[in-house]
Amino acid sequence: MGIAHPDLPLSIRDITVAYQKKPVLRHVSLDIPEGRLIGIIGPNGAGKSTLIKSIQGLVPAASGQVSIYGKPFKEQRKLIGYVPQRESVDWDFPTDALDVVLMGRYGKLGWFKRPSKRDKEWAMECLSKVGMADYSNRQISQLSGGQQQRVFLARALAQEAQIYFMDEPFAGVDAATEKAIIQLLNDLKAQKKTVLVVHHDLQTVTEYFDYIVMINKRLIAAGPTEEVFTSDNLQKTYGGRLQFIGEHTAVHTDTNKKGALV
Amino acid sequence: MNWLQVLQDPNTQWVLAGCILLGISSGVLGSFAFLRGRSLMGDALAHAALPGVCLVFLLTGSKSIGFFLVGAAISGLLATYCITMITKHSRIKEDTALALNLSVFFGIGIVLLTYIQHSDSGNQSGLDKFLFGQAASLVGSDVNTMIAVSSVLLIITALLFKEFKLLSFDQGFGKGLGFPMGFLDGLLMVMLLMSVVIGLQAVGVVLMAAMLITPAVTARYWTNKLSTMVILSGLFGALSGAFGTLLSTQIQNLPTGPIIVLGSTTLFLFSLLFSPKRGILFRFLRFMQVRKKVLHQDILRSLYDVMEDSKKENSIPASFFSVERLAIKSGKQAQTVEKALRTLLKKGWVTQDKEDPQKWGFNQKGLHVAHSLVLNQRLWDLFQMHEQNFHGYTIDQSEEEIIPQLNGVQLEMMLKELEHHNMTPTLVAIQSYKIANHTPDQGGVTA
Repeated sequence: MGIAHPDLPLSIRDITVAYQKKPVLRHVSLDIPEGRLIGIIGPNGAGKSTLIKSIQGLVPAASGQVSIYGKPFKEQRKLIGYVPQRESVDWDFPTDALDVVLMGRYGKLGWFKRPSKRDKEWAMECLSKVGMADYSNRQISQLSGGQQQRVFLARALAQEAQIYFMDEPFAGVDAATEKAIIQLLNDLKAQKKTVLVVHHDLQTVTEYFDYIVMINKRLIAAGPTEEVFTSDNLQKTYGGRLQFIGEHTAVHTDTNKKGALV
Repeated sequence: MNWLQVLQDPNTQWVLAGCILLGISSGVLGSFAFLRGRSLMGDALAHAALPGVCLVFLLTGSKSIGFFLVGAAISGLLATYCITMITKHSRIKEDTALALNLSVFFGIGIVLLTYIQHSDSGNQSGLDKFLFGQAASLVGSDVNTMIAVSSVLLIITALLFKEFKLLSFDQGFGKGLGFPMGFLDGLLMVMLLMSVVIGLQAVGVVLMAAMLITPAVTARYWTNKLSTMVILSGLFGALSGAFGTLLSTQIQNLPTGPIIVLGSTTLFLFSLLFSPKRGILFRFLRFMQVRKKVLHQDILRSLYDVMEDSKKENSIPASFFSVERLAIKSGKQAQTVEKALRTLLKKGWVTQDKEDPQKWGFNQKGLHVAHSLVLNQRLWDLFQMHEQNFHGYTIDQSEEEIIPQLNGVQLEMMLKELEHHNMTPTLVAIQSYKIANHTPDQGGVTA
């Protein structure tokens, strides 16, 4: 394979992930350009979350290599920020919003060290970036779903990463949070950060993302949205389920010059 | 014996020290087990320790805690390994795997224990105390071991507090940060096991789980902060340890271990009922309060609504309305409505018709209160129906009132929209509603 190009924020080669002997993701190879807002789309069970988890080594990959700016993932871990799915944790945990955001600093702190005053100030700043400064002392179970999601985003911001992985940050959030998130994503993009977002609302894909990765147990297509988000690729990604999304696809056919689907 | 004499007895001092230490370390580690959803793991580990202890005794003939620690650690680890493997490689879930292992290991332990008791090594007496524990049998060397072990446990917990917090809250994120979560999980398990082992002699296999979990659950009732919870849990453990020891020295034939457990359960029950934030009593009171408040608001709004209707329909609108009419409007029983009206009367918000006391109406103050309620309600309705029109408004929908969250321009805009949708409350002139000062002036129109 050779060494990946040092300018590429993320390059993965031939990743295969298997749960219980059955591969859920086969031979995915990808080169992600810098400073893009990337949507990872595909049907339920396509392996979207699995892909971003396996890139970060959170689920073991059966094979494959991941390099970050030309170096192996393990050496570059500090460049990565992660927003897991909101449901993945118990929100009744005894802690407040600021404390959760501080967890984003733990990676930089390393073993044994406690967060300093500066870490706390930075965490507060991250909270205000997502419009949650007033809630820093709020017990996390008393936050609404959207607010919890924003706390998770603030925690990822606190990591001061170059590359962000976000697992369905738009799932089940209110309109205000959705706006806040997309604003934040665009800010990150403006700072030349690379953001990969697992997303499943096809309606908003062209509006939110300038680059997309389409997967369904294998890589279907990856590239700038206007080139890749075609009815042809959607057909390949969603297979028989395409009828469901027929009208959404038709909406997008104006921009991608492909024939409308029935 | 009086208390002073009891405390001067070196034997009691050892037991007291041992039980307090045990309470602290099991309380602290139990907090993490509880938060990780591993409450039963402590129980499984305690039961699994029994065969290890028996085997060590069979092999060495020694009854020192140090040796027992090793044996219990080995069989506890084996049980943990079995539980993990069963969960990982079969479709059996963790609770079932726990139950399977707990009983099998305990069964083996009892078999070995019976064998030891019927053998003639002569030194076996006291080993059966591991079932229910016997704190009085603690001697200086045992307590020294307990001091050493619990100090190590507490120091590690203090050092790795942040890492354990991460492990308990969000393992996936921690792994992403590069912390070896598998190792930390294993370490926590071993530490849990060690705190179980030092408690076996005092509290016994069967009751050990209570030492781990009860103080932790109790502490959770009093705080929303992990560090405070861990400290409180240790404190509660220590308190129950001291309580159990002292009570059993005062009264003949009281077993120390079970009294410790009963002590910590008493603390738990007290917290369950009376903790200000999560306790049943205060939650119930708060619930009743909210119910009452909602009822009163409903009645005020219904009265306002029927008044508004009457103003629309009649040239000479009525000012007073029957309980029945309000009951129909609010969808509540007449009895409930009447009771609420009487309370509102006492508050000075509603009045009875002088000619027909069965009929009710607002006084000036009540009308303004009702007006604010109705306006708030309708603004919320408007906001929720047309949320897209109001993007850029930072509105926290969990708050009760919307008006304080709006700036002047936004409020004006929303009031215009209300007008547009014909939803403006009409019984008090809108102009009188000052933004800066939320109490309307007295110039309102009454029906």
